[in-house]
Amino acid sequence: MKIDLTVNGRAASGEVEARTLLVDFLREQLRLTGTHVGCDTSQCGACVVMVDGKSVKSCTMLAIMAAGCDVTTIEGLANGAELHPMQQAFMDNHGLQCGFCTPGMVMSGLDIVNRHGRDLDAATVRRELNGNICRCTGYQNIVKSIREGARAMGD
Amino acid sequence: MYSFSYHRPASVAEAADLIANAADGKLVAGGQTLLPTMKHRLASPSDVIDLGAIAELGGIVVNGNIVTIGAMTSHAEVAASGEVQEAIPALAALAGNIGDPAVRNRGTIGGSIANNDPAADYPAALIALGATVRTNRREIAGEDFFAGMFETALEEDEIIVAVDFPRPEAAAYMKFENPASRYAIVGVFIARTADGARAAFTGATDCAHRAHRLEEALANDFSPAALADFQAPVDRMNADIHASAEYRAHLVRVMAQRAVAACA
Repeated sequence: MKIDLTVNGRAASGEVEARTLLVDFLREQLRLTGTHVGCDTSQCGACVVMVDGKSVKSCTMLAIMAAGCDVTTIEGLANGAELHPMQQAFMDNHGLQCGFCTPGMVMSGLDIVNRHGRDLDAATVRRELNGNICRCTGYQNIVKSIREGARAMGD
Repeated sequence: MYSFSYHRPASVAEAADLIANAADGKLVAGGQTLLPTMKHRLASPSDVIDLGAIAELGGIVVNGNIVTIGAMTSHAEVAASGEVQEAIPALAALAGNIGDPAVRNRGTIGGSIANNDPAADYPAALIALGATVRTNRREIAGEDFFAGMFETALEEDEIIVAVDFPRPEAAAYMKFENPASRYAIVGVFIARTADGARAAFTGATDCAHRAHRLEEALANDFSPAALADFQAPVDRMNADIHASAEYRAHLVRVMAQRAVAACA
């Protein structure tokens, strides 16, 4: 089946099977490998992308369901060599160790800002991150990064 | 996942035709249960009929004392709805605590109740609030809708259109959740209505049920103290790695008391 959609602001299209997951379409056909598959069971959040401005787990959505949608992946955030403020905050705050979960953490961080604004308390961030799992850091610096990234998005 | 034919109808009538004519069809709403089930090859439908493009299944409308939520309304939309927050705040809070934010952006009320997971949250709300499920053929009382583990009163090719919730005087839902999945180990929904207390539990047995004995205990004294000696039947409780039957029976009382307290 042919699908047409917008990915990171550009028109994209491809030939998919009905059963092709959105994450597999992004990674294997568009070669946007920043979106990761951690658990493949909708729990870890490494595959979170924005679909029409809302965070979704791209391992739990068919590619064909995203036909006509506007998809943003981690690759769509930076402005050339200049990182998005949320990405920069993860870098500045050591908000990662192995980095595998980080694309999903950054996308979920942006989703938190969309819904709760830029002045975030730690409890809100921790509650809203309950669909993103990190097995390295213990979350302290991830929470710090998201709070600082949120603040920096207004600058 | 095994392969299947994918359909994206634009109307309920078209979806009904597709499901009626499919060899082994499945309706998909948000897909947050069906797709993982298909990935595990525990389900292998011949046809998947996506309800995502059917405008008539969306939306939240308040008409007098009835809050109508379209079947394809996501948990995130219910949680964020000012109308639901005003009319039945317990329902908005329940929706806002299902799964995680990304799951709530896809998962829907229609999908949740049609699936009838034994530990799902919405079924308890439908039963305790005396909601009515409207399908493309008929109306079904919430209390009669949930038939057993993953079983409902729906016919194979029947489609949920919306759920009507009457506004209670007060209501609250308390769940003791599994910290990983956020499913209820035990959840209790209590509503205080003009006709008295109504109660339902989820997570404790094969699926959500009305809790008549809780209602009787609250009939003359709507207070947590009225449930101090309440004993849920241990022999009917689920037992698994997350909680024993004795613990679930204990949780029924504690969650019920907390829900009653929150109604005050």
